[in-house]
Amino acid sequence: MKGTNLGEFEELVLLTIAALVNDAYSVAICDELEKITGRSAKLGVVHAVLNRLDEKGLVKSKLGEATSTRGGKRKRYYTVTSAGKAALIKSREVRDQLWDKIPDLILKRA
Amino acid sequence: MMSKQQQDHPPKWAERFLSWYCRPELLEDLQGDLNEYFERNLKTKGIKKARLIYSIDVFKFFRSYTVRKPTFVNLLINWIMIGSYIKTSGRSIVRNKLLSFINIIGLSISMSVGLLVIAFVSDLMSYDDFHEKKDRIYRITTHYQFLEEPVIDLASTSVKTGNKIRENLSGVEEMVLLRNGFSGDAHINETTLPIDGLWASESFFKVFTFPMLSGDQRTALKEPYSLVLTEKSATKLFGTTDVIGKTVKVDTANFTVTGVLKDIPKLSHLRFEALASFSTAEILLNKKDANFLGWDNIWSNYVYLLFPENANVNAWQTNLDKLSEKESKSIPNKKISLTLTPLKEIVLGKKYHNRIGPSVAPYVVWIIEGLAIAIILSACFNYTNLSIARALRRAREVGIRKIIGAVKGQVIIQFISESVIIALLALAFSFPLFLFLRTQFISLDKFILELVSLDISSQLIVYFIILAVTVGIVAGFLPAFFFSRINAIQVLKNTSTLKIFRRVNMRKALIVVQYTLSLIFITTSFIGYKQYKDFLRLDLGFTTENILNIKLQGNRSDLLIKELAELPEVDQISKSSMITNLGSFYGAHIKYSNPNDSAIVWLNMVDENYLPIHKHRFLAGTNFLLRPKKGEESEVIVNEQVLKRFDIAKRDPVKAIGEVVTVDKHKLTIVGVLKDFHYGTVEEKIEPVMFRYSSDEPEGYLNVKISSTDLLSTSESIERVWKKIDNVHPIDAGFYDDQIQMAYNQFSVMVKVIGFIGFLSICIASMGLFGMVVFTTETRLKEISIRKVLGANEGSLIYMLSKGFLILLTLSALIALPATYLLFDKVILINFAYHQPIGWMELLAGAIAIGLLAFMMIGSQTLKAARSNPAEVLKSE
Repeated sequence: MKGTNLGEFEELVLLTIAALVNDAYSVAICDELEKITGRSAKLGVVHAVLNRLDEKGLVKSKLGEATSTRGGKRKRYYTVTSAGKAALIKSREVRDQLWDKIPDLILKRA
Repeated sequence: MMSKQQQDHPPKWAERFLSWYCRPELLEDLQGDLNEYFERNLKTKGIKKARLIYSIDVFKFFRSYTVRKPTFVNLLINWIMIGSYIKTSGRSIVRNKLLSFINIIGLSISMSVGLLVIAFVSDLMSYDDFHEKKDRIYRITTHYQFLEEPVIDLASTSVKTGNKIRENLSGVEEMVLLRNGFSGDAHINETTLPIDGLWASESFFKVFTFPMLSGDQRTALKEPYSLVLTEKSATKLFGTTDVIGKTVKVDTANFTVTGVLKDIPKLSHLRFEALASFSTAEILLNKKDANFLGWDNIWSNYVYLLFPENANVNAWQTNLDKLSEKESKSIPNKKISLTLTPLKEIVLGKKYHNRIGPSVAPYVVWIIEGLAIAIILSACFNYTNLSIARALRRAREVGIRKIIGAVKGQVIIQFISESVIIALLALAFSFPLFLFLRTQFISLDKFILELVSLDISSQLIVYFIILAVTVGIVAGFLPAFFFSRINAIQVLKNTSTLKIFRRVNMRKALIVVQYTLSLIFITTSFIGYKQYKDFLRLDLGFTTENILNIKLQGNRSDLLIKELAELPEVDQISKSSMITNLGSFYGAHIKYSNPNDSAIVWLNMVDENYLPIHKHRFLAGTNFLLRPKKGEESEVIVNEQVLKRFDIAKRDPVKAIGEVVTVDKHKLTIVGVLKDFHYGTVEEKIEPVMFRYSSDEPEGYLNVKISSTDLLSTSESIERVWKKIDNVHPIDAGFYDDQIQMAYNQFSVMVKVIGFIGFLSICIASMGLFGMVVFTTETRLKEISIRKVLGANEGSLIYMLSKGFLILLTLSALIALPATYLLFDKVILINFAYHQPIGWMELLAGAIAIGLLAFMMIGSQTLKAARSNPAEVLKSE
């Protein structure tokens, strides 16, 4: 099923949401991604991904309190749903399995 | 402080755009994010950059998932409401019959002109569209310069150009050579008919798309003496189109018919009755003309090139530059360069000399479009003005609509759709008008008749509807916005608080623009007409009265003269090689004492009767004394300008008699000096002219002086005589005066067109003004009555009511008249070497006429209001 597969960037965003816990809204996610990956995350792209994750049911969102910083506009906070958690765990498992199969010496140099 | 605050905000329009397109559930979050970024950028990158980034981001967020979907309910509401809009529009049209009449008639009159212009321009744009490879076809254009004389731009080029391109230059898919002058008498068995066509090389059909009925396109023009006919000419010559293999004798050469084409579309710049293979021209003409293949023989050949797809035509130009640079070394004193002209710019493009087919300069199209737009706008202004003036009444309707729940957008849609409905209604009226105008326009001038067909196609109908909708939107735009801003509560509580007259200045400005344009048009046509009449009345320096010029068309003049002389109506007959004052020129280089000083002198070859018949005035000397044979002449008659140019005998006509000048190696003695006269049209300055003797000019003219006053029956008997001598060619004759009038026909066409547009724009502007006057007097009826009760007399009331309008008219006259005067004085009349000064009469006539018309309208309405019984008016409240 197309819906359950996670793209690379989708996975990154989802992980970031999970990592930020209660503070995951669009701009913060962008900043965090930039800080960790070192590449610039465009707001438009992140927004589109958040929208897609929402459609897939991997995240849910709710509006927070209004503050003065954003011209009085409320923030939309994202949290990972259980389906999202399952997807993250599944993709980690896939990776772990593959990691386990790699003989040590091949990656030793690194 | 306020503006500083404003500055720290993201651009307003971008915010508005975002909230317009964005889905409501996503909007707040997006706005917040953009604001947050904006604040960051404000600190790090400065205000300008931050605002820019914000705007860019707004566009970046325009994605499928953010865009609001048109909901079914909205669509449904708009759909249902359209019915209501139509109903209310219909009601308001019927309720105010006078204003609706003014609107619809004004729009339909102006739109009929618009339709005509659309049909005309779309015909011009679709010229040569039937060629399948039209985008890849280019014509070689030649630029020729002799010594330091002005450069002449020619559509024609040399045969050598074509041959060199075929031999040497790569990058061209096909090259076709054409040559004009394939014309003559076609003899089939016993019958003889004139035929007119082109020489064309064998690749003609590879470049151009002319479908063949019979014959092989690949070989039809290959062999010498091949002839391709069109359906029409085949039927004309043979009575059938099944003519392959038959023989046609054109003048002296026998041609075999190798193909029959479907008739040529009207919108083709190449027009011919027949095509003869170019290889024939090479055989026939090479013998006759030693310079047939010369680099400077650029006067009657045409080269068209077909480039491969995706070819870089601009880069290919360097090949032409190299070619002309190399070849031009062989021709001393002359410079020839070549350029490429795309097929689509041949008809609608620069006018070249020696061109095949018609040509219209783009600026002519711009002027025509400008005129149409001007009068359509004028009608739109009427609509705008009258709608806003009626606002008082409609305002309540809008108020109710708003209270029931209409939003701004819906009110705008309502009023725009109302004006579009009216415009479509006007379209229905304007279509018959257009059909009428079309016949008038086509019959204005032979040139227009040949240029365009103005046939109605489905594409044209679509354009018409687009025009009507556009006109509707333009006309309804301002009223729609005006009404959409109405405050519902205020309107319903008390209409008098509604500031309908807030827009008064705009309405005044529109009236001034309307009248200024009308005045410019009408004054232009008055001045133009006066100048045109002056051109016709100009003293040419010789007489043209009752002279009939008959083109000889190759017939023997002595036979014709013998027959014509027997007619009692014919007074005298002379011969000439050309007709002066119609815009054509023949010249020869002449020299006087200084062998290095030569100049072109315009020339007419005439017999001994020419100068007396035309009553040319001799300053000194006599008419031709000798009657030499061709090529043996020794006499010349010149005008004053020749003496002036070469300083012959210190410009003394009497002493100049007997002086010798050299013309094309002939030594000619001046036997007479004529007073200066107009050889060219009034556009040209009088230049040196000479007459030489010739007793026989088979391609020239007979000038027949007629004594009878019954010109019609005389023309008929002359035509009978012509038929006796030449049964093949129809007579080509015209009275000199008529021919001169024809030579200025372009000018008279222009005057007619502008005059007509001026007339229409006056009608439209007057109707608009009338509507405004009726409306203002109606709304001020109570005020008038009260004033009357208080003792105002009629005169002062009329003055009060009409003052405002008269000021506007005076203002537009003050703008229009100087503008028109300057237009003529500094732009148009500069092109005419001989013209009368602009008279006050024709400058003021238009303004006075319009002023009177407007005064009558204003006067009649205000008088009606002023005469009304105040008791009647004030009683009913």
